[in-house]
Amino acid sequence: MKRFLGFVKKEFLHIFRDFRTLVILFGIPVVQILVFGFVVSTDLKNAPVAFLDLSNDEITQKVSDKICSSGFFRRGETLLNYNDIDKTFRKNKIKAVIIYEKDFGRKLISEGKASMSIITDGSEPNMATLITNYITAIVTDFNRELAGSQTTGKLMVQPEVRMFYNPSLKGHFMFVPGVITLILILICALMTSVTITREKEFGTMEVLLVSPLKPVQIILGKVMPYFLLSFINVIMILLLSWLVFGLPVKGSLVLLLAESMLYILMSLSLGILISTVSKTMQQAIFISFVGLMLPTILLSGFIFPIENMPSGYGWVAALMPPKYFIIIIKNIMIKGTGFLYVWKETLVLTVMASAFIWLSIRKFKIRLG
Amino acid sequence: MKKFGNFVANDNLNFEVYEGEIFGFLGANGAGKTTAIRILSGLSESTSGEVIVAGYNAKKQPEQIKKNIGYMCQKFSLYADLTVKENIMLYGGIYGMRKALIRERTDILLNKLNFREYGDRFISDLPLGLKQKLAFSVAVMHEPKIVFLDEPTGGVDPITRRQFWEMIYETAARDITVFVTTHYMDEAEYCDRISIMSEGKIVALDTPVELKKQYDAESVEEVFVKIARPGNTPHPTPISSRGEGE
Repeated sequence: MKRFLGFVKKEFLHIFRDFRTLVILFGIPVVQILVFGFVVSTDLKNAPVAFLDLSNDEITQKVSDKICSSGFFRRGETLLNYNDIDKTFRKNKIKAVIIYEKDFGRKLISEGKASMSIITDGSEPNMATLITNYITAIVTDFNRELAGSQTTGKLMVQPEVRMFYNPSLKGHFMFVPGVITLILILICALMTSVTITREKEFGTMEVLLVSPLKPVQIILGKVMPYFLLSFINVIMILLLSWLVFGLPVKGSLVLLLAESMLYILMSLSLGILISTVSKTMQQAIFISFVGLMLPTILLSGFIFPIENMPSGYGWVAALMPPKYFIIIIKNIMIKGTGFLYVWKETLVLTVMASAFIWLSIRKFKIRLG
Repeated sequence: MKKFGNFVANDNLNFEVYEGEIFGFLGANGAGKTTAIRILSGLSESTSGEVIVAGYNAKKQPEQIKKNIGYMCQKFSLYADLTVKENIMLYGGIYGMRKALIRERTDILLNKLNFREYGDRFISDLPLGLKQKLAFSVAVMHEPKIVFLDEPTGGVDPITRRQFWEMIYETAARDITVFVTTHYMDEAEYCDRISIMSEGKIVALDTPVELKKQYDAESVEEVFVKIARPGNTPHPTPISSRGEGE
């Protein structure tokens, strides 16, 4: 045991003395959380909207004001004719143009009907859909106010759309689980595989293997620090997303941490497995990035929904451990569900973890022989 | 004298090393030296035959062997990002030495190497010669019965090599058997006995003096060239089935 502790201490020294390792361990999680939270955010916030008001009466002013005071949009240019629309879009200054038809207010009062157009930039389809939905919702709301204020008591039935679990449609809710998933696989798999191959490359592994340390102790000593540090990372990310973005963990924190440990274990054994098949650090890094990082980002449902993938990709995604962890963590963090709702995913992860541990121990032994 | 190592592999290696002896292990690149040393130190297993190291059977008592041997390899074997003292502490700990004992030996070791002021320096800041001497001191710190040195003086200047061999003599005087592979023929002259390998077989094994007499040569280098040059092997043998790697 004392032998083992001395070895673990050495691993910690390696980590804390290497600036790059520290950056990967603690810099990347913070930066990713902040970047995804603030920059890549898919929320609508102060999107500039231009108006082409052909009627320019009291009601169109009211509608425009309502749109611009919603917080989602701000008033952009005021256009004078149709030719300006294309020009302003091309200058890339605005996200949408709203056009009111001639005599908008008069028609609305006399005929009870008036039309307006929303033009959005189709080169950003997601944003365009989002803007259309938001503006439609605002106008519908205006309609209702108008109908309510009318003495005739005519009430239109309006469909009410509400987003469950993420009522204010905040984008960061979706990426925090993704970032945790990504960071854990990065730290656990990449770092462990690199630290083991580093000893092989420098020749220090031979000295360790000749020593009375057992191979199991060497492996455990290598992964232990990363297990602890990844766990601290999970807590750090959760704290950060809570303090900066106000995202609480709705479900059981204990369950969330327990599931994280399972996932960490799985990633660590993947890291050992990678180290047994790669001879150099470069190889280990390459395999980790191409084999784990990219699939995690692209195929785990982190950014692109698995449901929208062609069926072949869906099958590939089913083999990706991160996919299951994202489902688990989203359920616990955002929906607040308990273990009963994620036991299937937990089982899949457990099976995967056991398989990787078994494989990596076997491989490590074979390499020694 | 106590029989120390008895080693037979697929390639029909058969030799004994005596306690407290400096045993030189020579051979051209690819002759099978590294494979042999890897089998002896427990890094790989022999396919057949019996290996006894420090009195223990390699197949049945590998743990006992590991506790009783030291090892220093071709590649540099200390951690560059740890200090001299931390490296010593780590290896002492791995070999199960008590902290007080490690401290005591560290003091002796640093004094002997005139290393006092280097104790808290990082290994990466030391010149190669010092590093190699330190690596050797660390490899015998736990007082093993036998220490394996795989080309320990590669790339080191002649003066440091000289000092290194003085350390080897001191170690052997403490009854620690030294098993060393080398490419430098002048070093071979310093050994008590040498064996010369060619194509996976030991083709000569004796004291340097005896070998020179036997092959009518002035130096071990001449002996080596006469024996190890391909086609010049006294007893030509087909390349063994066992892959020999350096």
